[in-house]
Amino acid sequence: MTALQTAVMIGMAALATQLTRWTPFLLFRRKTPSVIAYLGAVLPSAIWGMLVVYCFRNGPLVTASNGIPEILASAATIGLQAWKRNMALSIAGGTLCYMALVQIVFPISG
Amino acid sequence: MIAHSVAASAKAAFRTTLPILIGFGFCGFSYGLYMHSLGFEPIFPILMALTIFAGSLEFIMASMITGPFAPVTAFIVGLVVNARHLFYGIAMLDRYRDTGPLKPYLIYGLVDETFSILGMGQVPEGADKRWYYFFVTLFNEAYWVLATAVGAVFGEDMPFDTRGIEFVLPALFLSIFVSSWQQERQHFSSLGGLGITLGCLLAFGTAHFLLAAMLFIVFLLLVFRKKLSPLTGERA
Repeated sequence: MTALQTAVMIGMAALATQLTRWTPFLLFRRKTPSVIAYLGAVLPSAIWGMLVVYCFRNGPLVTASNGIPEILASAATIGLQAWKRNMALSIAGGTLCYMALVQIVFPISG
Repeated sequence: MIAHSVAASAKAAFRTTLPILIGFGFCGFSYGLYMHSLGFEPIFPILMALTIFAGSLEFIMASMITGPFAPVTAFIVGLVVNARHLFYGIAMLDRYRDTGPLKPYLIYGLVDETFSILGMGQVPEGADKRWYYFFVTLFNEAYWVLATAVGAVFGEDMPFDTRGIEFVLPALFLSIFVSSWQQERQHFSSLGGLGITLGCLLAFGTAHFLLAAMLFIVFLLLVFRKKLSPLTGERA
């Protein structure tokens, strides 16, 4: 591909992405219809569930360990959040737990 | 007074986006490195980070632009991969309504991670809502673009062992899920989102599950509207 063709490809991907972000705002510019307002209120909870599945969609991040580090670190994150209700602490704790697990307990070369 | 609340908003935004700094720092760097390894000049990943500004699509596009010229495919892949952003727009419609001249920028930069911070609904004390929205969006974009640039320009691995640091984004989504769970009176939508997406992943595989899950989620929420709308509080 020429540099111009590459730029066109990138432009098309950018255009599609912007379309997904702008569409709701362009469609409901004046007043939000009540059914859309309802969806806007109930969707976030469903989106958090969707995003949790989405970020684990490819299975274990480190395939050699059968997903054990992911399960343990997720349990640590959930447990910390349920206990202390402090998101920064839950995120840091869960991530450090995962790093320790994949670097020390289930080390792989690379 | 105004300058003070702008500064307070920027400070609050920096605090709430710290996990994104770590997550984007790592992912953006890896993405820049990946583009470097494919032989692209740094300007390409930096341009992609600025224009596409959607992590997973940029990784997909990186491999697509090493193949044949296919602009229509690029467009369709972009729509399918990022269709979930429609949900973010719907959820932010009313909150972004009175953001004035900042609004176009907020819509342009509504990525997963920005929505995850702003969609929770709380604006930190002392921060101005509009400036807080702006700085969260701006900081997240800056982390992503700068990390991409560093990876693309230097093209060498991190000097210390970062294995596992990518868990910071799953950890962010997990703790948001739990935090939202603790604040809601019933868990219909949370469980529906989790269960439907998981079911669709198992049924349709990684390539197509998200669109199917979105359709089923909207369908389910609409079917149970009468039951759920009294529980949504003031915005129903």
